[in-house]
Amino acid sequence: MSAAKKSTSVLHIDWTKCDGRGLCAELVPDLLGRDQWGYPIALKGSPSARSDIPLPSQRMDAATDAVRLCPVLALKIVRAS
Amino acid sequence: MTATGSGTVPNPTSAPEGPVRLFAAGADAGYSAHRETYGHLEIVKGGPGLRAELERSGLEGRGGAGFSTARKIDAARQSVSDRMFPASAVVIANGAEGEPRSIKDSTLLRHSPHLVIDGLLATAALVGASRMYLYSSPESLGALRSALAERRDTRRITLVQAKETFISGEASAVVNAIENGIALPTDRTVRLTTSGLRARPTLVHNVETLAHVALIARFGGDWFRSEGVGGDAGTRLVTVSGAGQRERVLEVPGDARISDILEAAGVSTSVVSAVLVGGYHGTWIPADDLSVVLSKAALAPYGGRPGAGVLFLLARDECGLQVTASITRYLAEESAGQCGPCLYGLDALATLMERIASGRGDHGLRREAERLGLSLIGRGSCHHPDGTAGLVQSALSAFASDVEAHLTGRCRRTARV
Repeated sequence: MSAAKKSTSVLHIDWTKCDGRGLCAELVPDLLGRDQWGYPIALKGSPSARSDIPLPSQRMDAATDAVRLCPVLALKIVRAS
Repeated sequence: MTATGSGTVPNPTSAPEGPVRLFAAGADAGYSAHRETYGHLEIVKGGPGLRAELERSGLEGRGGAGFSTARKIDAARQSVSDRMFPASAVVIANGAEGEPRSIKDSTLLRHSPHLVIDGLLATAALVGASRMYLYSSPESLGALRSALAERRDTRRITLVQAKETFISGEASAVVNAIENGIALPTDRTVRLTTSGLRARPTLVHNVETLAHVALIARFGGDWFRSEGVGGDAGTRLVTVSGAGQRERVLEVPGDARISDILEAAGVSTSVVSAVLVGGYHGTWIPADDLSVVLSKAALAPYGGRPGAGVLFLLARDECGLQVTASITRYLAEESAGQCGPCLYGLDALATLMERIASGRGDHGLRREAERLGLSLIGRGSCHHPDGTAGLVQSALSAFASDVEAHLTGRCRRTARV
């Protein structure tokens, strides 16, 4: 962790709120796809990072839109220190 | 005797020798039998002694995840000292035991409740906790109530009844149950040791873990390590069941082979075709590999771990795929239904396993089960989907030749397909 100087923010999915509307997958299609029921699924990274998806800094704006527009408020950006 | 720099006062009673430690005080041990056997444990606040002994002991959690007890306690202590506004920590003894094939926690709570209480008090003193909870399944409440009433140092311990569901013992569900009466996991972005019950630093320890803490507080980390080996020091409780065996709890050294444990339980390995190790989120170990040690290190190549100490036997005439399909269906039904991938994914996974087990399918089914299982990992507020996917993956690999036979319409184990 200490090695990374760039942004270590993650897009956190609250699965207890998510009901698979799919807006997020349209807003950050390079990071999120959808499974057969419409729920988001991280397209990259290890399975253990599928609830906290690492955010490249250039995707921060799009991710912020996804957080803002999620109709069930299931997303948030967590800035890791 | 001096308490300076120590979390507890040194104990004059001699330590139990051999692997029988947690039940050394005998059946249904009351407070006097407990003290005669182990000696009185005087709890001294705030000292570094117990912390150092726990580190030395190498004790890891006995609830399933196997996390270092010293590390977890450190995290809570760090959180207490990092806070801008002070909040004292909370310690919870978790005896929910939602694993259907485990009775080791209820057995421990019945026969050695005072070790658990000692461990709870010692851990609370170590992190400066003012509140303690004993969270237990309904069947153990009576024994715990009597044990708490037997002593004077338990006033700040609150007894809470756990719901009898598979996930009621998941750490965030435990906190949610105590705080809100809802035994369901919660979404988390910080650890419970940072912010748990009523936003306080919260330690949730399995009851067996705390019983070991009580003994380490008395006899030290080196004594603890005199059984077991390396990262699997000390002893652990296991529950042996299945294949027509009466459920049995044994205390075994951390370096015991599964075959030796079965022998000690009076089970002939010749009647066993595989053992499900850890619990329903566990791993199938085929009969040929039962000489493997029930330890984190030895089970790692199988993708398994000792977990909650469950050894569930599959008899020679049982079909591992049918049994796994039934367990997967049970786990799907035990989904809290809060998270979509778990709610829909486990149901679909169970259906795929049922189709494979019934022998009406094709090779696409195995690939589909593997793909679906992998897709569920890491996509829930708790690890229920991960654990269920792991069980299915383990069955498809341990019973690979059975899968092959089933998909061509035969079962090698039973006459049913």
